[in-house]
Amino acid sequence: MFLLKLVLKNAFRHKLRAWLTILSVTIAILAFGLLRTVIDAWYVGAEESSPNRLITRNAVSMTFSLPLAYREKIARTPGVTQVCPASWFGGVYVDEKNFFPNFAVEPRSYFALYPEYVFSPEQQETFFRDRKGFAAGRKLTERFGWKIGDTVTLKGTIFPGNWEFVLRAVYHGRDENVDERIFFFHWDYLNESLKQSAPSRADQVGAYVVGIDRPEIAADVALAVDNTFKNSLAETLTETEKAFALSFVSMTEAIVTVIRLVSLAVIVIIAAVAANTMSMTARERIGEFAVLKTLGFGGRRIAALILGESLVVALSGGLFGILFTFPAAAVFRSLLGNYFPVFQLSVRTLCLDGAAAFIVGAAAAIIPIWRTTSIKIAEALRRIG
Amino acid sequence: MSAEAGSAVEIVAVSKAYRRGATVVPVLSDISLSIRDGEFLALMGPSGSGKSTLLNLIAGIDRVDSGNITIGGVDITSLSETGLAAWRASAVGFIFQFYNLIPVLTAFENVELPLLLTRLSRKARREHAALALRIVHLSDRTDHYPSQLSGGEQQRVAIARAVVTDPAILVADEPTGDLDRVSAEEVLSLMDRLNRESGKTIIMVTHDPRAAAKAHIIRRLEKGILDDVSPQTGP
Repeated sequence: MFLLKLVLKNAFRHKLRAWLTILSVTIAILAFGLLRTVIDAWYVGAEESSPNRLITRNAVSMTFSLPLAYREKIARTPGVTQVCPASWFGGVYVDEKNFFPNFAVEPRSYFALYPEYVFSPEQQETFFRDRKGFAAGRKLTERFGWKIGDTVTLKGTIFPGNWEFVLRAVYHGRDENVDERIFFFHWDYLNESLKQSAPSRADQVGAYVVGIDRPEIAADVALAVDNTFKNSLAETLTETEKAFALSFVSMTEAIVTVIRLVSLAVIVIIAAVAANTMSMTARERIGEFAVLKTLGFGGRRIAALILGESLVVALSGGLFGILFTFPAAAVFRSLLGNYFPVFQLSVRTLCLDGAAAFIVGAAAAIIPIWRTTSIKIAEALRRIG
Repeated sequence: MSAEAGSAVEIVAVSKAYRRGATVVPVLSDISLSIRDGEFLALMGPSGSGKSTLLNLIAGIDRVDSGNITIGGVDITSLSETGLAAWRASAVGFIFQFYNLIPVLTAFENVELPLLLTRLSRKARREHAALALRIVHLSDRTDHYPSQLSGGEQQRVAIARAVVTDPAILVADEPTGDLDRVSAEEVLSLMDRLNRESGKTIIMVTHDPRAAAKAHIIRRLEKGILDDVSPQTGP
């Protein structure tokens, strides 16, 4: 208790210096936590994917479609429970900056496969029955002030023209990691319209979402589906939903790598700053440490005192950093929610924050400990006269 | 070599040199000295004569190049760093010229500090620290920080810190060098009392003839060589 008191008193002996160092660590931990959360947000699609769902797409590229006729053949594959056509629509609402994901899906099979999107039964049934209806996530409707029955027009980018929809259902996520900013409408509406306006593009599907009995058969089902269409004009590539999501992430792997490196660089830089502060502190008090040695304090006790001081400063900064990360993440979420619909601080990130603060404190103490414990008492005493 | 009977400190053929780059500067040459239990010895000599170096060697905070130092029957030159630290904690009290109190601790806490290295309970530590402060007549200043005390008071706190573990030997390096005459007299009287009443063996380095006059024996160091014994009064 006495030594803890001594550690605390020494840590805050130079108040301005101590608080500036704490501020530095706070900002570093805040930045580290936010960057880690950005990385988590990047992977959230993959993390939230279900092992019971496969995605079948054109083997050449995601931008190539598959014939509608494949649906029945895929459905006949042993182990398959549901097959749902889904196409990325890429529509724009009023202005391109209002980005949100919008998909044409076959609603009954799609939402049977995705129970994480929760609807009121009445709204869901109304949506299923109205071919021009659409369903949207709670956050999306809040963002644009849409109410049930409102007509919303999307400007097609992949499928040209103005497309009108009526809001029939609003979903919310089963848990906080479910994206509540997605716009779903009837694939039949898209297909029927294309039959009128661009017949060559009709009866084409962006990808099929395939439901399977159990996760263990995923590889066998995927192989069976792809074998069915081998040597056809549109060969398929079937993979788990997680692998499919990760293939999107891999396209931006370089960005994720840069973010990881920056987050590490932040910690290394702040460790250097803290080490400099601790070295300065230890150098100024070398005489005091010599007195403690004279009194009989051994190297381990001296090292513990210095390490304790360093950890008090670094962990204080870490604690403030973690506390400030919550409001900062909320601001980040409100500003960049369109790009990171799920921006949640994870327990893992908070643990990494704490570990980073601890490492900064421990690393900062290494050189001062070495200098203080290796200096001879008589030499240190001579320095203070 | 075994210590002489009744001898608190036995120094035999001790030499010490400092290295400054490639240059070796001899400080002590073949010093031998015997100090009896309960003796009050003053080491005098000009600056650079090696007084403080000899004191540091006796206190176990520096190492000899050759020779032996036996204190209370323990050959401290053969101890490891850890063993030497443990020995210092229990066997010797050090009084510095500039007091060297820990500024963030109160007078009481400064005195209690060496007791953290003992097995005493918190209650016992506090009792010992209070007693030590009573001995130096500073019971009313326990909660004061060093910056709130005069030089003489700080040195008395330093003396309380030196005696709180009840060591047999006190070493003092210019204990009155930074004090005015009145404070210096108080400190010297206190040391004299610790020597006479508690039987502490005291080895004091000083430039001040008035301080040296309190000692039973004065030894002079000149260029690293100890002169003959100059007894004053018996212990």
